[in-house]
Amino acid sequence: MARMTMIEAIRDAMDVKMTQDRRVVVFGEDVGYFGGVFRCTQGLQAKHGKERCFDAPINEGGIVGAAVGMATYGLRPCVEIQFADYVFPAYDQITQEAARIRFRSNQDFTCPLVIRMPTGGGIFGGQCHSQSPEACFTHVAGLKVVIPSNPYDAKGLLIAAIEDDDPVIFLEPKRLYNGPFDGHHERKIVPWAQHELGEVPEGHYTVPLGKAIVRRPGADVTVLVYGTMVHVAQAAAEEIGIDAEIIDIRTLLPLDLDTIERSVAKTGRCVIVHEATQTSGFGAELLSVVQEACFYHLEAPIIRVAGYDAPYPYAQEWAYFPGPDRVGRALRDVMEG
Amino acid sequence: MTQTRRPRLHVPEPPARPGQTPSFAHVPLSPAGAVACPPVDVSPEDTKDFASRLIRVLDDEGRAVGSWADFLGASEGDVLRRGLRDMMTTRFLDQRMLLAHRQGKTTNYAASTGEEAITCGFQRMLSPGDMNFPTYRQSGLLVSAGFPLTNFMGLQFGNDLDPLEGKNLPPMHSSKAHGFFTVSGNLATQYVQAVGWAMASAIDGNDRVAAAWIGDGATAEGDFHSALLYASVYRPPVVLNITNNQWAISSFVGIAGGHVPFATRAHGYGLASLRVDGNDFLAVLAVSKWAIARARQGYGPVLIEWVTYRAAAHSTSDDPSVYRPKEEAAAWPLGDPIERLKRHLIAAGEWSEERHEQARVEIEEEVLSAQKEAESRGTMIGGGGGTAPLSAMFEGVYKEMPEHLRRQRQKAGI
Repeated sequence: MARMTMIEAIRDAMDVKMTQDRRVVVFGEDVGYFGGVFRCTQGLQAKHGKERCFDAPINEGGIVGAAVGMATYGLRPCVEIQFADYVFPAYDQITQEAARIRFRSNQDFTCPLVIRMPTGGGIFGGQCHSQSPEACFTHVAGLKVVIPSNPYDAKGLLIAAIEDDDPVIFLEPKRLYNGPFDGHHERKIVPWAQHELGEVPEGHYTVPLGKAIVRRPGADVTVLVYGTMVHVAQAAAEEIGIDAEIIDIRTLLPLDLDTIERSVAKTGRCVIVHEATQTSGFGAELLSVVQEACFYHLEAPIIRVAGYDAPYPYAQEWAYFPGPDRVGRALRDVMEG
Repeated sequence: MTQTRRPRLHVPEPPARPGQTPSFAHVPLSPAGAVACPPVDVSPEDTKDFASRLIRVLDDEGRAVGSWADFLGASEGDVLRRGLRDMMTTRFLDQRMLLAHRQGKTTNYAASTGEEAITCGFQRMLSPGDMNFPTYRQSGLLVSAGFPLTNFMGLQFGNDLDPLEGKNLPPMHSSKAHGFFTVSGNLATQYVQAVGWAMASAIDGNDRVAAAWIGDGATAEGDFHSALLYASVYRPPVVLNITNNQWAISSFVGIAGGHVPFATRAHGYGLASLRVDGNDFLAVLAVSKWAIARARQGYGPVLIEWVTYRAAAHSTSDDPSVYRPKEEAAAWPLGDPIERLKRHLIAAGEWSEERHEQARVEIEEEVLSAQKEAESRGTMIGGGGGTAPLSAMFEGVYKEMPEHLRRQRQKAGI
């Protein structure tokens, strides 16, 4: 076991797969010689060669379009989009191509492809480095959408994503790269070395796609959450002393319906938390799933805590970010409801 | 100082609209044999002149002339007769599918009438393992690769002969076994995918060649330019084909920036490019052989503008007589590819009017017989959809059906 940051865990996942499987190739803007702006691919080019880890032009549509072609040839590309905010030039290739090649060709062609991208706020990135666009992908049949919340999961999920035979959108909460951020921006940064989920096994292991995990069992209320907000929700529940069952969704698509339904049926209350803007956010889907399956178990209206429906601001970051105070308020409200 | 000029928006117009005299004065031509064949390892810089000239092999008398004819070598009559037959089959298949559309048996078709030499010629020069990334107007690639006509029509008619089980609209086929990548319909996406596929071939240490295809109109899409950029940067074994058939639904080439030949787009990316008479079957064979050899030997990509004319409508959804003169097809200066190859073969003593008539009858019988069989399995007539299995619409979304989709299928009772 080694203590790793999320960056190191993600890098290790790619390294393990590149070593095991000649078909795995890694490319993107600045990922080759330099090793990526967040250093996730550092050393991979030196170790695995320029033909398997290389720099790409600043052309996201080209990165994903070329990767789709490679995947249909039989390689397993794992590409990086420098920020999730920059993925939109590739949206056509992701939603109309990668997601549909298996279906529209009736499995004549397949597209095993991973598209990694840093997501979310917390680094004063403003409107073009802070967005959480997961719902833009969960609405697309044929894609899988994954968001890890810690180094252990990040490595296991990324290996599983690379081994998956369908295209996977792999969103990396950038505020978690170096530590388990709980939303208390005023406090000193806690490194992953001090967190049990910073323990990452060496070599190959997987965390299965499509499986949520109960991060903290509890009896009072189910909190459905993923990414950075897992840590925020845990902090909020502890601070106000509510026995919350925290479910880390991990894979948004396909969703682990059973784990969610079982928990809400038990607690009878549900709070949904995400960083992304509220309207038509993934929380709306979670809310519908819970309502459809658990209506008669509910003892209070379901509450969403999400980003405000405004572009991510710069100087007002901490008023915008749904931190532990807002989550805590929702937990109190749902208990009183 | 008084300002005397102001900017005015320039909206290009074609030389002629309905009721006016057609003109192709804006299409640069060169005499047959006038453009020399360079070595396959020619530097991109040395191909700059080719982009505004026109490679032609067949002259007006049907003779094969010039160094491209020499490069092609003495084509066995069999290859040319096969090409003629493929083109005739494609044209008749197109006619039958257009008729089937008028009869309500299918809902959409895009004919390639007048463009058959490009697909039927290029396909002849590919090898097993190579891959076309085609558009929806390229039935000739499938016909000349030997894709069964009954399967082709099964997709048109939405029945169980469709290998895609009703999942994609006509005529958007997929057949890996025939080197035919699944057609998208979202224009230009396949162009950069072809480059990526060729990059994979190079990474894999292979010499399999990708052929990217696009129309003149779709070169305006960003993915076209992404593809040229990636081809230029990574130099994979890809042939970048543009079928310039002069029209994108109702927009003439000028709306896609075609006032400069599309072949010149390559120059800004440092790519080799050629501009070719796409209605000249021998020119298509020769240039395809050259470009595929160049790619396969690792000398890099080449952009080819195939100059042709869309004699048919865009698809069964439009009537071209409302946006271009009816006489325009007859005024097209490069003639008809089938007639030109026929004349060449007859002049060379390889063919005759009698044999041509006999071939026509055989081809029509073959297509009609396939259509009869295909129609017997059901068509789209009546507006209720085809007979392809309903369950197929839930399958193959993912390798394994996820729980939420399984529940939806169960609820639908399918």
